[in-house]
Amino acid sequence: MALSGLEIYKLLPQTNCKDCDFPTCLAFAMKLAAKQVELKDCPHISDEAAEKLESASAPPIRLIKLHGEDGTVEVGNETVLYRHEKTFFHKPGLFLHVRDDEDLEALKAKVAEADAFSVDYVGIDLYLDGFAVEAVSGNAENFKKTVAAVIAGSKKPLILIAPEPDLAKAGLEATEGSRPLLYAANAENWEAMADIAKNADVPLVVHAENLDDMADLTKKLQDKGLEDLVLDPAAGGYLQSLHTFTTLRRLAVKSNFRPLGFPIISFPGAQDGADESLLTAQHIAKYGGFIVIENFEPAILYPLLVLRQNIYTDPQKPIQVKPGIYEINNPTDESPLLVTTNFSITYFAIANEVESAGWPGWLLVTDAEGMSVLTAWAAGKFDAERIAKDAKLFGAGEKVKHKKIILPGHVSVLSGELEEELPGWEVMVGPREAVDIGSYLKTVWQA
Amino acid sequence: MTVEIPKEKWSGQVREVTIGATAEDGGTRTQTLTIGGETTLPFLHFEGNIPHRPALAIEIRDRKPDDWSPILMETWGEAMESPAAWAKAAEEAGADLIYLVLSLTTADGEENTPENVRRVVREVLDATGLPLAVAGPGQADIDNELIVPVAEEAEGERILLGICEEGNYRTIVAAALANNHLVQSKTPMDVNLSKQLVILISDMGIPLERIVMDPTTGALGYGIEYGYSVMERLRLAALQGDSMTQQPMLVNPGAEAWKVKESKVGEGVPESWGDWQNRALEWEALTASSLVQSGADILILRHPETLKRVKAMIDALLATAA
Repeated sequence: MALSGLEIYKLLPQTNCKDCDFPTCLAFAMKLAAKQVELKDCPHISDEAAEKLESASAPPIRLIKLHGEDGTVEVGNETVLYRHEKTFFHKPGLFLHVRDDEDLEALKAKVAEADAFSVDYVGIDLYLDGFAVEAVSGNAENFKKTVAAVIAGSKKPLILIAPEPDLAKAGLEATEGSRPLLYAANAENWEAMADIAKNADVPLVVHAENLDDMADLTKKLQDKGLEDLVLDPAAGGYLQSLHTFTTLRRLAVKSNFRPLGFPIISFPGAQDGADESLLTAQHIAKYGGFIVIENFEPAILYPLLVLRQNIYTDPQKPIQVKPGIYEINNPTDESPLLVTTNFSITYFAIANEVESAGWPGWLLVTDAEGMSVLTAWAAGKFDAERIAKDAKLFGAGEKVKHKKIILPGHVSVLSGELEEELPGWEVMVGPREAVDIGSYLKTVWQA
Repeated sequence: MTVEIPKEKWSGQVREVTIGATAEDGGTRTQTLTIGGETTLPFLHFEGNIPHRPALAIEIRDRKPDDWSPILMETWGEAMESPAAWAKAAEEAGADLIYLVLSLTTADGEENTPENVRRVVREVLDATGLPLAVAGPGQADIDNELIVPVAEEAEGERILLGICEEGNYRTIVAAALANNHLVQSKTPMDVNLSKQLVILISDMGIPLERIVMDPTTGALGYGIEYGYSVMERLRLAALQGDSMTQQPMLVNPGAEAWKVKESKVGEGVPESWGDWQNRALEWEALTASSLVQSGADILILRHPETLKRVKAMIDALLATAA
């Protein structure tokens, strides 16, 4: 959390010595708060104050980056408790749990299938982020072989779950060239794990049963020079994880509590009595960082990835639909052509109404910078010229032969102008509200 | 190192609202439903009270719907042939509240009538001891025409009447006042519009303890983030003491989730969408469970399996002894 100029001023010597080339310490503090000067420009600052100021300028939750041979995952750097306050920045990574006691061929097939999974959501490509490979066999060679097999099937980032230093080392030998997350240091093994993580320059998970022990451990690891840490607070099911994750987010964002300012890793599929998808959804909305899931099931993964996309959408920048002509219910060249803007909610409202009314139709989605019909019209982003341009650009004339285009009722005023822009076309005025599209088409359209 | 757990001190409280009246209070319900009363954010028991659990309602219709997903048609089966049987099935599925939606037309295509909706409401009240909510078909003039006789037929039962919107609330509020019922206010995903409608409704003389607000939500993938954030903002405002945001919140994830392509359509969709039945159920469950997290006090659902799953989640989130 950034400090204000006054808060910084309190930490300065307050001698107004002008050695920083500013007339007063307060003036320097104001410049520092605005990040226009650097702290080292003040030669008289105490070590203690310098440490405080430096830590205050660091992000409250450290950004952790993983990368595979191809593809990266970044988690952390969050600054708010509720998305409406600003936005949530880095989507939690979803990793599929695999183990080194699985049949190697079956595992390869599973990895290949999950790796290939990809689904299009309003033009955004959604996919799984990577794999969490666990050493359960206790055999280092076996673990290394399994990690190598996963890498052969997927270039996505990995999490290595290796409870013993020997196993961790073996796993890391197989991941050379990439940056996996190593799981996990605990009160017993932390020194050995710290050395391994440090040598391999990989982030390390810290596992502790309560936050007091967790803070002790992160402190020790930081003293050993490890900066990239991830927390596993062993948070259990719905209630305990809600309380623990909320507390961790509040400590980081509101209390600026450094020892626990790291992303969280969770295992929603491994909790007794919890429904994996509902608990994963909770962790997506409420402060999860790396989420390890047990089951690869497209019917579940697709909605979870959509939820993650929705929750992490910047409230200031609504999701936009890619401009173009969309098909609804397999239209023909005799089906109606409707036009609207590329604000996703507007698009969905209209597409849904046409679809559920059972009409085959074409929907021309114009580039209105993600605004709804009335807003875009008022802002000059949805006018006859733009509609005509997009109609031509996306080949409306090749899609339908009736040469009729239906305008939203709210912009009926554009119809004359649009007829001028689109010679030979008949401009029809549709209803104002999407919900009336079905009955409108029923009255005016002879298919 | 001792880590101090940060706790918020909230000054406000969500209003308690009770739907349904037992014989003692002049009705015939065998149980009532009280919601609201929270003094903290959802399930943060360590800093406040959550006296009542979020309630789960099942939506039923006055007749078998024409446009519901085949998955729902198959699940409710025979029960959909009569509102009484449907209500009973919903009660058996574990609903806390029956949410009855009236249709524009009867099964044979005729306009719905006051006589018909009176009969349906009577049958449903006789079939189940659960509290009841009744909403019109969603066209202002017809809503008013149908909700007034419903309110009269159910006099004294303290049912929840819907849906009051900015352009059409007077008749419904008057019917609730005349027959001792409650009202549902609904506004399109906006904090200020939500407050404003609560003010307009309460200006008609109905106590705030008889208003439930519906801030509106979109389905997962179809605008849920707008509804989710409006709910979080309303709840934060309520806890900070803004009186007109302190109504309990009702949302309808069932209707929203079951009208999207992902749940409605099984064929001609990308293979990566996975199994239709599973996907449809996930769509409703994830929409609903996310809104539980953002502060919903009543969630209207359509599928009994979703109710079971969300109920189990709420049970776990209320298990304070754990």
